[in-house]
Amino acid sequence: MACIEAHGLRKAFGATIALDGVDLRVEEGRILGLIGPNGAGKTTALNAILGLIPYQGELKVLGRDPWTERERLMCDVCFISDVAVLPRWIKVSQALDYVAGVHPRFDRAKAEHFLARTTINRASKVRELSKGMVAQLHLALVMAIDARLLVLDEPTLGLDILYRKQFYDSLLNDYFDRSRTILLTTHQVEEIEHVLTDVMFINRGRIVFNRSIEELEARYLEVSVRPEQLAAARALKPMYEREMLGRSVLLFDHVDHQQLAALGEVRTAGIADLFVAVIGNEGGNQAGDTPGQRQGAAR
Amino acid sequence: MNTQSEAMAPLEANVTVPVVIPASRRLYWSVRRELWENRAIYIAPLAVAALFLVGFLISAIHPPAQMRDAMALDPMRHQELVEQPYTFAAFFLMGISFIVAVFYCLDALYGERRDRSILFWKSLPVSDLTTVLAKASIPILILPLITFAITIVTQWIMLLLSSAVLLARGQSVATLWSHLPLFQMSLMLLFHLVAIHGLQFAPIYCWMLLVSGWARRAPLLWAVLPPLTIGVAEKIAFNTAHFAALMNYLFGGGPEITTGKMAMAPLTPIAVGQFLINPGLWIGLVVAAALLAAAVRLRRYREPI
Repeated sequence: MACIEAHGLRKAFGATIALDGVDLRVEEGRILGLIGPNGAGKTTALNAILGLIPYQGELKVLGRDPWTERERLMCDVCFISDVAVLPRWIKVSQALDYVAGVHPRFDRAKAEHFLARTTINRASKVRELSKGMVAQLHLALVMAIDARLLVLDEPTLGLDILYRKQFYDSLLNDYFDRSRTILLTTHQVEEIEHVLTDVMFINRGRIVFNRSIEELEARYLEVSVRPEQLAAARALKPMYEREMLGRSVLLFDHVDHQQLAALGEVRTAGIADLFVAVIGNEGGNQAGDTPGQRQGAAR
Repeated sequence: MNTQSEAMAPLEANVTVPVVIPASRRLYWSVRRELWENRAIYIAPLAVAALFLVGFLISAIHPPAQMRDAMALDPMRHQELVEQPYTFAAFFLMGISFIVAVFYCLDALYGERRDRSILFWKSLPVSDLTTVLAKASIPILILPLITFAITIVTQWIMLLLSSAVLLARGQSVATLWSHLPLFQMSLMLLFHLVAIHGLQFAPIYCWMLLVSGWARRAPLLWAVLPPLTIGVAEKIAFNTAHFAALMNYLFGGGPEITTGKMAMAPLTPIAVGQFLINPGLWIGLVVAAALLAAAVRLRRYREPI
């Protein structure tokens, strides 16, 4: 069974179309990064998956309809939106008591164990904690829940780099066990690159790119082309071209490694570079771009 | 670099035995959650009771002149005069509890959207129905019971305080104890709190809950101004007060029973029966249930503001 399955998922807020017929399928055990520019529909998609908003189209999460079965779904799904959602008045001990009281899959000992590694005081209220500590607390609560799907919406927004690194390290080392699925969005693409097994780009309410990391590494190569080779390189129809330190860097899809090595230094394309290439081309799409440049972008 | 191949591992380990948490337990924790968040529910009446006791002690040690005179002149008024501060304490605490209930209701479904914590609550397996019922139970059930308990304790402390003062002066406490029907007063108070504050005010509280779940800002204004405006507009346009009468019927328990009369009426089986057969009460309760159902439905759609 797929963890998340959507067909023709649509959502409009008045005249604004937030989701414009999204089709997606996320298998269990994946760590999927949903990446998109501001206003692309990321949060709307997550909200629909979590049963927070009604939608049109077909959507099943762990075999359930999130809108009509949110309560039952939440036994198997955990969710961290940007860190501000823990109520500020709650004490750490009360948060533990409450989640233990209402959640059938919450392991309090586990949460205490995670908290013991931090400097968080049980008697403190959330409003007295630093932003990083609130994120640690929320993560401790969530990691102690034996859930099948974890949804993270900008979980590290506003945290300093130490907390961000620690956040993803804990998530990978202490939580992810290959039977769980994690769906996350962030703007700090580089930080999650090594974490992901799959990546999806969303733009203007549509999924414009959907690859596993393996596929991505096998297909997309970036070449820092020697100036004298530029014409030859361009003839191979790169999907994107940018300037870096006076050299042209061309991004290729499905071009032989050997062939590219002759043109300059070859390296695997980073997600951020791919994102710029795909979304940049998408943007050009609207303005009437050159067909040769956007090959493979919207495939 | 990637966890791809491991990620494909079989998922058998994932099949967990579902642990069932009964709905009552979720409701219990949701109510406790409300008490954690809104400590005014018990702190406000406690503070008022403490203040009242201080005032009472002072007046017991130095009774005001006119009261001493009245006690001396007219033995027939003894009971009334002895009872007075006790009844006054009960009314005072009831008034505070009503004010607390109003402010609680207006914030209940509004505050969680304003501080975005609704996203956290909705990420837990607690239904909107459980949440709204827990919130409604605070003004309808919990607050009247807390008020009752605090009032009873306050009245007993008052009795002990004045007894101590009398004994210290070498006077007899017999008049005081014989003139004070504290047990009947407690029963009446309990009935009043359950009947009026719990049942008869239920539609008011539920209306405020609904508004607090709906309003994007200023729930107090939204709760009060529209009905007031309609009533005033009707008065100006047609010089009638049908809307006001309707509101009074739905939210005030009907024309038969007004709060003041109920409070003072002696508690007899007839009074209880009259209260229960009053259609205004039942229509009000139906309205309350409908308003609550609307609040539950609304909360499903609500997002942080």
